[in-house]
Amino acid sequence: MNPSATDWPKRSADLSDDGILEISMGPQHPSTHGVFRMNVKLDGETVVWLKPVFGYLHRNHEQLAEKMSYFGSMPYTDRLDYFSSLSNNWAYALSVEKLTGIEVPERAEYLRVLLAELTRLQNHSAFLGFLLGDMGAWGSVLMYAFRERDLILDLFESLTGSRMMCNYMRFGGCRCDLPAGWLAQARKVVDDYPAFLDEMEQLLVGNEILVARTQGVGVLSGADAINGGLTGPMLRASGVDYDIRKVDRYGIYDRFDFQVPLGAHGDTYDRLMVRLLEMRESLKILDAVLREIPEGPILDPKSKSRGLRPPVGEAYARLEAPKGELGFYLISDKSPEPYRYRVRPPSLINLTLLEDMCLGSKIADVMVILGSVDIVLGEVDR
Amino acid sequence: MKQPLILPGLGILKGMAVTARNMIGSYYGRKRLHTISYPEERLALPENSRNFPFLVYDGDDPEGGLRCTACRMCEKECPPQVIYIKPERDENGKLTKHPTVFDIDLNACMSCQICVEVCPFESIKMDSAFEYAAYEHFESLVLHKSDLAKSNTYYHGIKPTEATAVDANLEAERQRKAEAAAKKEAALKAKQAAAAANAAAKETPPTSDTDASD
Amino acid sequence: MKTKANSKPEQMLPLGDIKVQIMAALPGAACEIVPNPGPSGQDSLRVEPASVLAVARFLRDDERHLFDYCSNVTGVDWLDQTVSETVKVAGTDAAGQATELEEKVERVVPGYLEAVYHLYSVAKKTGPLVLRVRTGNRSDDVEIPSLTPLWRSCEFQEREIFDLYGIRFSGHPDLRRLLMWDTFEGHPMRKDYQSPDETLAFATANGKEDV
Repeated sequence: MNPSATDWPKRSADLSDDGILEISMGPQHPSTHGVFRMNVKLDGETVVWLKPVFGYLHRNHEQLAEKMSYFGSMPYTDRLDYFSSLSNNWAYALSVEKLTGIEVPERAEYLRVLLAELTRLQNHSAFLGFLLGDMGAWGSVLMYAFRERDLILDLFESLTGSRMMCNYMRFGGCRCDLPAGWLAQARKVVDDYPAFLDEMEQLLVGNEILVARTQGVGVLSGADAINGGLTGPMLRASGVDYDIRKVDRYGIYDRFDFQVPLGAHGDTYDRLMVRLLEMRESLKILDAVLREIPEGPILDPKSKSRGLRPPVGEAYARLEAPKGELGFYLISDKSPEPYRYRVRPPSLINLTLLEDMCLGSKIADVMVILGSVDIVLGEVDR
Repeated sequence: MKQPLILPGLGILKGMAVTARNMIGSYYGRKRLHTISYPEERLALPENSRNFPFLVYDGDDPEGGLRCTACRMCEKECPPQVIYIKPERDENGKLTKHPTVFDIDLNACMSCQICVEVCPFESIKMDSAFEYAAYEHFESLVLHKSDLAKSNTYYHGIKPTEATAVDANLEAERQRKAEAAAKKEAALKAKQAAAAANAAAKETPPTSDTDASD
Repeated sequence: MKTKANSKPEQMLPLGDIKVQIMAALPGAACEIVPNPGPSGQDSLRVEPASVLAVARFLRDDERHLFDYCSNVTGVDWLDQTVSETVKVAGTDAAGQATELEEKVERVVPGYLEAVYHLYSVAKKTGPLVLRVRTGNRSDDVEIPSLTPLWRSCEFQEREIFDLYGIRFSGHPDLRRLLMWDTFEGHPMRKDYQSPDETLAFATANGKEDV
């Protein structure tokens, strides 16, 4: 039953200097999604060895959190995966709630799902734009994607005050309630989105250049993906049916009817298409939430954010962030600061198999494969 | 999702139809043109938009009307520790519930809004002004109390819904305090009256029936 | 491209039952359950470094569990702790009679470093199983076996623990620093780490010293 990933390392051992070119891609590079470096050895144009180098954006988030109160770390979680700040907030709030046993009111749960799915929409739109930009589409798809994403960011700004660094979830609910007219504006955004997705599909799905550059590139089998700890759309594109929203049923996701798109080949084209289809499933969830959201309080009155001292113990909570499984592991010793605060970063762990995916491809494919992993350096390096 | 029809070149042509539609459409309406000529045109920010904090004062006097009591809660809770407060003491060394120094370093402030959330006196709020570009770090971007103090009228101007709710809260708090003070006052008066009546009863001897019965 | 609905997840066996099965399959395995006092209910299984590879392989390959996905690998630093206990000692009381007296004695519980693994099963959709491995102490006995040969996802995370805590993982194919630069000294996430004083004079681009 051992998956093939255990027969690794399977890279070529014969890297004699003859004809092998070693280059460093990054850290200053327009397509590496941040300050990320890869040391690559090339035989002509073919990759024979690839080692990623991390740490250029290491900001010591975990140690800072261990010196700060639980409440004070919440704005710093925005800055982990800076595209999906509301998902990061929710993951942290989820793990503190597991650590302390605080319960969340009904309306707050609906709000959390609403904002998390909007976050997924805007993250995948940005992903589409960046992937096409990496392939040399010179930013036209990026601008269309950002045009739609901007409407969602306007929604975030009118609710939380900030477009990206939202700092909105609290331990036991959400910070503030919806302003007047927000639901109508959100309904308009959700109703207009399918037109954008149709346009993207017309632009991308049959495009011969895209198909030639992404089909068969960066193939990864399902067994290798599970063993390598890949999660999120990367895992589902390799055919593995594992979506944490369905498995853990955190929040109120079990009330919504949505499907989990899976890929058949595990290549870059599948990863792109899985994310496009996931956007459509998110729209279904958003439609249901906007119809069913109840009235009520948004914060448990017994919960307190300032001066929180959780009981002694530990908790690991995870959720399906747009990039994969985002988890927070907290150990408490009843003091106002956590004893151990750990972020399980999906972007870093999704890069585990980067070398395996790139071996044997051409140098131009490396950028496409890296783009399809959808990393954000804020999360990789924390 | 329909299977894409891959005839050589047809996919690219379909894609070019999309880009052409977007390019030509951008001349004919706001939907496909998402930019404005800043700074001649400016977008209206939503009411809740937040950027950097400011201090609220009631009335016309930025010093006397300042709501801040220098309790230092915001200084304690600020995650990047950019607030610096020095409370004022009178000639006896007693705190006067007023700050002499209130500095916020905008270089490191991350607009998280935690100072606003923890303030018990509704005295620090988030401003939405963002045009702060300056030539040096510490002369221009460390704001002092005089730069930070803005009137309640200004607050109503940028955030009407929130400012009205805050005013209602403060009014309710004032009424509650006034009622509590009045109750205390009344209880004290009643106690004093009872004490006076007791003292009077002790001093005068008990009247005998014979005096008044004539 | 296919889409299908998810099956209902199975329930993970209670940790006590799993331990019984491990002891049945690997009689020499040294493991114990560490209870979690908080509300989350996530108890952990502590395994001695000598048996951890065998236990992990059992958990991954046994048909009843199939923990094929290692989600999170964390390092924790537990400092030396001074514990004061009250012990009974033989002595004499005021009248000179032999009796038992109570005395407060302090002893030092040596600290250790710990690696915590969170295991999930994608095949059975269960989890998490929390595995803990402790080193001997915080100074020289800091080597534990690496689980990277079993789960490739541990590769970068164990490198990060080596970088930030100093645990050496034997059998790791590529143990070097991950986030800090290669010539960095020290292990920054340890509780007693002191950042170097960076207010010293340093040379500027044109060779002069800038204090």
